[in-house]
Amino acid sequence: MTYIAKPKFHHPSLQPNKLGFTRRDYEGRVSTLCAGCGHDSISAAIIQAAFELDIEPHRLAKLSGIGCSSKTPDYFLGASHGFNTVHGRMPSVLTGANLANRDLVYLGVSGDGDSASIGLGQFAHSIRRGVNMTYIVENNGVYGLTKGQFSATSDRGSKSKKGVVNHDSAIDMVSLALQLGATFVARSFSGDKEQLVPLIKAALRHKGAAFIDTISPCIAFNNHAGSTKSFDWVREHNEAVNRLDVMIGRAPITAEYQPGETVEVEQHDGTVLTLRKLAADYDPTDRVRAMGFLQERQAAGEVVTGLLYVDPRAEDLHDALGTVKTPLNALDTADLTPGAAAMDRINASLR
Amino acid sequence: MPITATNDFVVKFANVNGSGSASANGLFVKSILRTGVAVAARNIFPSNIQGLPTWYEVRVSGEGWLGRRGGVDLMVAMNPQTWDRDVAEIEPGGYLFYDSTRPLPASKFRDDITVIGAPLQQICNTAYSDPRQRQLFKNIIYVGVLAFILGIENEVIETLLAEEFARKPKLIPANIEAFHMGVEYARENLAPIGLQVRRADAVGDRIFVEGNNAAALGAVYGGATVCAWYPITPSTSVAEGFTDWCGKLRVDSETGDAKYAIVQAEDEIASIGMVVGAGWNGARAFTCTSGPGISLMQEFIGLSYFAEIPAVIFDVQRGGPSTGMPTRTQQSDILSAAYASHGDTKHVLLLPRDPGECFEFGAQAFDLADRLQTTVFVMLDLDMGMNEWLTEPFRWDDTKSLDRGKVMTAEMLEAGADFGRYLDVDGDGVPFRTYPGTHPSKGAYFTRGTSRDRYARYSEEGAVYVDNMERLLRKFETAKALVPQPIEVKASKPTRFGVIHYGSTGPAMDEAMAALEAKGLYVDALRIRAFPFPGEVFDFIERHDLVFVIEQNRDAQLRTLLMTEGGVDPARLVKILHYEGAPITARFITREISALMDAPAQSEMAR
Repeated sequence: MTYIAKPKFHHPSLQPNKLGFTRRDYEGRVSTLCAGCGHDSISAAIIQAAFELDIEPHRLAKLSGIGCSSKTPDYFLGASHGFNTVHGRMPSVLTGANLANRDLVYLGVSGDGDSASIGLGQFAHSIRRGVNMTYIVENNGVYGLTKGQFSATSDRGSKSKKGVVNHDSAIDMVSLALQLGATFVARSFSGDKEQLVPLIKAALRHKGAAFIDTISPCIAFNNHAGSTKSFDWVREHNEAVNRLDVMIGRAPITAEYQPGETVEVEQHDGTVLTLRKLAADYDPTDRVRAMGFLQERQAAGEVVTGLLYVDPRAEDLHDALGTVKTPLNALDTADLTPGAAAMDRINASLR
Repeated sequence: MPITATNDFVVKFANVNGSGSASANGLFVKSILRTGVAVAARNIFPSNIQGLPTWYEVRVSGEGWLGRRGGVDLMVAMNPQTWDRDVAEIEPGGYLFYDSTRPLPASKFRDDITVIGAPLQQICNTAYSDPRQRQLFKNIIYVGVLAFILGIENEVIETLLAEEFARKPKLIPANIEAFHMGVEYARENLAPIGLQVRRADAVGDRIFVEGNNAAALGAVYGGATVCAWYPITPSTSVAEGFTDWCGKLRVDSETGDAKYAIVQAEDEIASIGMVVGAGWNGARAFTCTSGPGISLMQEFIGLSYFAEIPAVIFDVQRGGPSTGMPTRTQQSDILSAAYASHGDTKHVLLLPRDPGECFEFGAQAFDLADRLQTTVFVMLDLDMGMNEWLTEPFRWDDTKSLDRGKVMTAEMLEAGADFGRYLDVDGDGVPFRTYPGTHPSKGAYFTRGTSRDRYARYSEEGAVYVDNMERLLRKFETAKALVPQPIEVKASKPTRFGVIHYGSTGPAMDEAMAALEAKGLYVDALRIRAFPFPGEVFDFIERHDLVFVIEQNRDAQLRTLLMTEGGVDPARLVKILHYEGAPITARFITREISALMDAPAQSEMAR
């Protein structure tokens, strides 16, 4: 946490987006994380994604739990309402917030301690319910804020900074999210901005539960030889299945691709996701095959990244509940209180 | 001598749960209500679906007493498992009604009661071949026998059967026929007993409703739009009731869309998390639970207190601790709710007495939560929550609109209002808040459970932290004038004795007060309806030498709150506690207070 606001002045050459905001308008306070922390790169990617998508900063709500990753919402989108909730419980608070006002964009930021241990249940159930949100786990495989304990995503056999070898098997949140019915599942790496920014953009435009597992090395406690969440390890074992371009509407694609090299997926709001295939035959709309592919590559020691699954026609929790289009928090006395006349009928039915 | 009483007796049904007795017993009660006589009925049931003992206790009171009286005048003993204790419970001179199909040895009866047998099973076996019919109609047949021996009008029951099966009219003649089998058997073989029901006009326009259902309707009228809950006895029917009422009252007539969202969460923690999220985002939200759920929700309740987020919790109390007695009643969550969470916290509790106040406080809780920006508890209990009580009709004033409290709008921000999320602008301890998404550049803030200054900026400065904690105390002071005020009922003669009670103890207390006066014992009674306690509560204690505090828990929890919050000398507050799981009775209160007042020396010694 910090109380230091960034100065507002900026270079006149900074380009504004369609709304007239510059990238600076999407920034937050000065980060207090360790220099070189992967999480700061993810914050930068969130800023870039929101700027490029022309999101009005105040129409996005950012929520988090407790931990290093959960501190980061203070470091981006300073004009957005933020809520740093309790440990492992961000998903339920986000769900309630989403029920109250379906018109905002919801971004949940969490870590592997927050979401894979204490919060595993809430992670699972928010995904199951199809809450319309972008859920980013900043996954470093370690408890940073309490100085270096293994987390539930630490791989079996990986070594802690103190030299202890992890015995417990790892929770793979991507596999879990696929099994639980997430309608947008991706994995990325904090060190790969080119890959991460489009994934966040696509997730923010996705209707339904969008999950991004972002491997984000902990520079202080999990970046040594023997760790499977270090910069070196992830760079060596990263296997991207595709590269993503996000187009709002049918904008022309600038890059030139050969036929058969790309897959286009149009989301409910007209956003077109153009995926450049890196793995032959990988179909990001086939959930069952995606799960098998992940298991195979994982067994071979690869860290599979990219947009792993998307259901572009997904429904969300509001669809399931049949709620009114008007946000519930905007309904007033006349909408909500049945009045004295209805009361007479109710009393009569109870005699 | 057999007891003789008209419109003033207690009938207890001993049944096996899952046997279909509940609807027959309900029919019996409604028939007396429709005769214009007040009735109070209570289920005493096991934590089980089928096969265990269950009782239904019916208090018929021409005078209108709605609490439990204590004692049983007529036992309808339909459960062989509990026969011995059921027979033992009958008052001397009372009556036992049983199924005489199988003969029982004389040792199974008592000499000082009147025994009435009817071969119910035999009648059923002759009339029906289907085992399910034999079971279900047996219940209706005993209602027929009881109607005859107690003098209940046949037409009233026939009308009720027709109403009950209005949607399945084919079932009406079969049920009426079974009812008449019972009446006819009794007419030929039995005689009316000393207990009689006589038509009166003492019910008026009162309604018969469960507190949970009333609270759920209160939530609808109070403008709740988000309900997140997890099933737990005895609170489940609050959420189910809300679902039913919303389906009738909150569906957009043109689009069919729901003006509400109900989520059955994965547990109590997620339930309160969703409530806090919705409250933060400007919707009125609630959860309903019981003691174990309150234990699980502690961390979020602390967040709601410290981050100042409106939330409403309906706590339908049951026997604790741990799993305790899940289907029995208590008032044992008072302290865990009042001081829920780690750190220094205090929460607003509303203490309804009956379904009427469950509705009223249920609606008011949402205004209070918004006005005070904190968690408000509505403390029901199983007795009022899951039993239908006779209560005044619900009333609603159409001129009232929802009080959303201090919310800063885009217009106010645009006009240059100084927005500090935790800034006490009015001196009442209550700051302004903004809903997320209000204004493009003003009014956003970062909500957290960590210490921060008046402008919501993170701070670990001691003075900043204390400033905030002191303001939260001022806010709690403000609550005293906003919550339902206590109600005093004075004895008919001046007295130095007082009694404090709350919640579902009320109806039994009313009757006990009359019984005490009949014995020449006078006490002033104060019914507390909320925490924090308004000053009047301590004035009342100050005006009396001795105050009996009546509670349905072991540790005198409200008394502890009175001592802690008001600095009252413990010796002035004499505890009277009833916590066996069945609702408190008028006879218990009368006996306890009589004993204490008859032996004032002993009580005075406590001083």
